[in-house]
Amino acid sequence: MARLNVNPTRQELTRLKKRLKTSQRGHKLLKDKRDELMKQFLDLVRKNRALRESVERKLMQAHGSFVLAAASMSDESLAEALMCPRQTVAVDVEVKNIMSVNVPVFQFTTSGDSSDIYPYGFGFTSGELDNAVWSLGDVLTELLELAQMEKSAELMSDEIEKTRRRVNALEYATIPNLQETIRYITMKLEENERGNTTRLMKVKDMMIAEKIEAAEKAKEARA
Amino acid sequence: MYKIGVIGDRESVQGFAALGLTTFAVSNPEEANAVLKSPEALEYAVLYITEQLAAQCEQAIELHRQNRTPAVILIPGKDGSLGIGLSNVGKRVEKAVGSNILGD
Repeated sequence: MARLNVNPTRQELTRLKKRLKTSQRGHKLLKDKRDELMKQFLDLVRKNRALRESVERKLMQAHGSFVLAAASMSDESLAEALMCPRQTVAVDVEVKNIMSVNVPVFQFTTSGDSSDIYPYGFGFTSGELDNAVWSLGDVLTELLELAQMEKSAELMSDEIEKTRRRVNALEYATIPNLQETIRYITMKLEENERGNTTRLMKVKDMMIAEKIEAAEKAKEARA
Repeated sequence: MYKIGVIGDRESVQGFAALGLTTFAVSNPEEANAVLKSPEALEYAVLYITEQLAAQCEQAIELHRQNRTPAVILIPGKDGSLGIGLSNVGKRVEKAVGSNILGD
């Protein structure tokens, strides 16, 4: 691991130790976030898959009924029958917060009489068309639920990827780097301390030697 | 209040009109692109688009991917499902987990 480019001083050491503490705390928190997001995401995605399969199957049935209806009616009368819808669908979007990912919640309201969704008189249309419109109306709720689920899954997968990268960057780059640098500074400081002690001992030895020499010279002079 | 839109060829979307959804009957991918890129697209909470068209305007769909609305959702068109919708579910798992652990 690469050591950071810093001066080996005590001030730097305190600063790095603080950073290391923050990084470790952040790493733990992000890891928890990732795990919880992952758990919720996997639940969601399993449901999403099942729902998508069922919606696709039902939609294909509805398309099939439309083909049948189109076969028994002329193109123009079919288009005319479907031209003016009886009901309108509007959606309210609320925001739900899943582990700080803002996902949409769709609340849809249909205006109009839900017991009579057929926008045409029965006189000039075939029974197959009734079937087709009914089966399509049947999947509408599931279709909206699917939209909400897929969007949530999409947003969550982005967030999980981001969080995962952050966790890994902290775990495998930032924290080891800091630890390595802290070790380096500690060793450097200890080395300086030892150097200082030896120097002091050496100076003391020299001073004692000087004193002894001076005393001996004084003795000689007296003699 | 947001609206719900359906983009696809005429036969695939005409039924949705009867239910009160806004339909965009388009005959080629360029028109679908124009709808997705237009500012009006932001008035919709959900935009359903047939897989046949979606396969050809991925870029425009990508525009809306990170935003909360509109949610661009693939549905099978009248010619059947191409399996893109389902494989996208798998792709999302792969992106989040690192490998597709749902097994397909």
